[in-house]
Amino acid sequence: MSALAELGPASGAAEPAGPKPKRLTAGRLGLYAFLIIAALFFLLPFYVMVITSLKPMSEIRYGNLFGWPAAPTIAAWLKAWASACTGVTCNGIEVGFFNSMKILIPSVILSIAIGAVTGYALSFWRPRGANVLFAVLLLGAFMPYQVFLYPLVRVFSMIYLYSTLICIVIVHTIFGLPVMTLLFRNFYAGIPIDLFKAARVDGGAFWSIFLQLIIPMSTPILIVAVILQITGIWNDFLFGLVFAGRENMPMTVQLNNIVNTTTGEREYNVNMAATILTALVPLVVYFISGRWFVRGIAAGAVKG
Amino acid sequence: MASVSVRRLAVSFGHVKVIENLDLEVEEGEFIVLLGPSGCGKSTLLNTIAGLIDIEAGQVWISGKNVTWTEPKDRGIGMVFQSYALYPRMTVQQNLSFGLRMAGVPRAEIEARVAKAAKLLQLEDLLRRRPAELSGGQRQRVAIGRALVRNVDVFLFDEPLSNLDAKLRNELRVEIKKLHRDLGNTMIYVTHDQIEALTLADRIAVMRNGVIQQLATPQDVYHRPKNQFVAGFIGSPTMNFLTGRLILGAAGPTLDLGSVSIDLSAYGFARQSSDVPAVLGVRPEHIDLGAASPGHFAANGKVEIVEPMGADMIVWSRIADTPVRIRVDGDSAFRNGDDIAFHFDLARASLFDAQSGERL
Ligand SMILES: Nc1ncnc2c1ncn2[C@@H]1O[C@H](COP(=O)(O)OP(=O)(O)OP(=O)(O)O)[C@@H](O)[C@H]1O
Ligand SMILES: [Mg+2]
Repeated sequence: MSALAELGPASGAAEPAGPKPKRLTAGRLGLYAFLIIAALFFLLPFYVMVITSLKPMSEIRYGNLFGWPAAPTIAAWLKAWASACTGVTCNGIEVGFFNSMKILIPSVILSIAIGAVTGYALSFWRPRGANVLFAVLLLGAFMPYQVFLYPLVRVFSMIYLYSTLICIVIVHTIFGLPVMTLLFRNFYAGIPIDLFKAARVDGGAFWSIFLQLIIPMSTPILIVAVILQITGIWNDFLFGLVFAGRENMPMTVQLNNIVNTTTGEREYNVNMAATILTALVPLVVYFISGRWFVRGIAAGAVKG
Repeated sequence: MASVSVRRLAVSFGHVKVIENLDLEVEEGEFIVLLGPSGCGKSTLLNTIAGLIDIEAGQVWISGKNVTWTEPKDRGIGMVFQSYALYPRMTVQQNLSFGLRMAGVPRAEIEARVAKAAKLLQLEDLLRRRPAELSGGQRQRVAIGRALVRNVDVFLFDEPLSNLDAKLRNELRVEIKKLHRDLGNTMIYVTHDQIEALTLADRIAVMRNGVIQQLATPQDVYHRPKNQFVAGFIGSPTMNFLTGRLILGAAGPTLDLGSVSIDLSAYGFARQSSDVPAVLGVRPEHIDLGAASPGHFAANGKVEIVEPMGADMIVWSRIADTPVRIRVDGDSAFRNGDDIAFHFDLARASLFDAQSGERL
C-alpha cells in the first residue's frame, strides 16, 4: 500500500504514474480563443435584438445600439404578439403562431411516419423495384423544389384543394419524404438482417415487425427526424406563401408582413420581438434535444 | 417418412450460383450437421429450408408437406442464428414469448411454455433482463429457448456456438446434445467446426461450393471419406497424403511412389480401377511406431519436428520425400534427428484418384 502511495503523482517523482496531468498547450489556448470568438459572433446580434425589443421607440431613436435599455418594457412584445399589423388586419403574430402549429403538427407526423415505413420496407423487405424507387428518392432529395411549384399549384387547383390546410400539409409531407426515407433507410441498413429474419420465423408480419421490433429500436433516428422536420417546416416561407391560403398563413409569412409594413414609422422593437417569437419554436426544440441530435447523427454516421 | 427433404434445389444471388441441384433427405428425429469451409453455402441452404431466401428452382418438404412457397412462420421450424439475433429492446421473457404472441396463443399457455423452456435452459433468473445484460452463453441459451417455445418439428441452428470461447462451447455442445436426446426433434445444424460435427451428428453432410460431398455417419465420414476433399477437411492434424501411381501388377496392386512402392493387397478397393495417378491417405493416428506387424507397410525415417499437443504428440518424418505426421503418446520423448521405424495398416487407409479426387 505504502509502496503504491509513493508512486502516486503527489510524490512529485519523475516516474509517470496515475492519471496523466493535463497541460494548457498553445493548441488548446487557440481552440478556446476560436470558440469564444465564434460564440460572440453569433451571440452579439441576438443580444442586440433582445435589448432592442425591450426598449421603447423613443430610446431606439436616440441611437445607442448596444446600450442597456434605460427602462426595460415588454410593451413591444405584447404588441408583436397580439396587435401588430400584418397587412390589413392588426391581430399580431399570434394568428401566425397558431397557423404554423396547425401546419406543423400533422406535417411532421405524416412525413416521419411515411418516411419510416418506406425506409423500413426498402431496407428489409426489398420489394421489386426498390432500387429504382431509391434512386428516384435520391434525385428528389437533391432537386431544387422551386421546379415543382407551378405544376403543384395547377394540380391542387384541379382537385379543388389549392389554398387549404390540407394542401400545405400534403406539400410538406411530399417534400419531406425523400430525406426522411433516406434517413430511415440508412439507419435500418445498420440493423442486422438476422434480427428481421428471426422475427419472420417467429411469425411477425409487415406491420407487427415494424411496430413491435423496429420502432422501439428507432428512438435516436426518430429524434433526429423530428428535429429536422420541425425546424424545416417551421422555418418554411415559400410553401406557406404559395399553398397555405390567406386563412392559414404561417408565422414566417406573418412576420414578413409585420416587418415590411410600409405605413408609418418602422417599429424596430416590435419587429425584433416578433422575430424572436418566430424563432422560438426551433430554438426550444434544439435546446431540449440538442444532446439527442448529436447522438443520433453520430449513431447514423457510424452505422452508415 | 423424411422430416425434411430438399429436392433439386438451386439458389443464386444475382449471377452467382451458390447452390445448384442439391438433394438432401433428413429422417425424422435425426441430427444432421452441415459441415464445410466458409462460404460454401451452408447458411444459404439453412435459410432456404427456413424460407428466408427466394429459391430459383426445386422444392422443400417439411413433415410431408411441400412448403416451397410457405411463409417461414408456417413451416414448423425454429431457427437459432449465428448472431443470436435477440430482440434488443425486449426482455428475455418478451424475446421468448414474441413468436407465441404473434401467433395469438392464449396468455396462460404462453406463460406455461416460456416457464418450461426457461426451466430447461436455466434461464429462470434472467427473464427480466435485456439481451445487453446477458453473457454470451446466456444469450445463446435465450436464442435456443426462443426456438424451443414454439413447439416446432424441426430446429435449424446456424453456427450457434461460433461466437463463444472454447470452454463454453464445449459445455453448450453437450447441452445441445442433451436437448436433442430429450426432445427428439429433427435438428439441422450448421458448423465449420469438425469436432462439433463429429460429436453431435447422426449424419454429417460435408459441403463444398454448394455441393454435398458426402452424407454419412461420423464414422464413415472419418474412416471412409468419399473423396480427397472430405478426407483432408475432417481430422486434426490432417490426413497424410502420399502421391504416386497405382499399378495393378500380377503380384497385386501397388502404389509406386518413385523410390518406394507400397503393397496395396490389404486395401479394400471401393471400385474397379486401372493404372492411374493416385493419392494414398493415412491418418496420423493410424501410423504406429516400432517393428512392423504382418501385412502392414513399414518404413524407417528420421524425426524432423516434434509438436507436443498435451495428450498426444505429433512427430514429423518422411516417406519417399513426402513429409508425414505421426500421432504418438503425449509423454513420449523424441528429439529431432532420432531414427524411428513406423508402419501402418493399409486396411485403414484411403486411396483416391489423383485426378478426380474420388475414392478408389
Ligand atoms: N446476400 C448475398 N448476396 C450475394 N452473395 C451472397 C449473399 N449471401 C451469401 N452470398 C454468397 O453465397 C455464398 C455462400 O454463402 P453462405 O453464407 O451460405 O456461406 P456459409 O457456408 O454459411 O459460410 P460461413 O461458414 O462463412 O458462414 C458465399 O460465396 C457468399 O459470398
Ligand atoms: Mg454461414
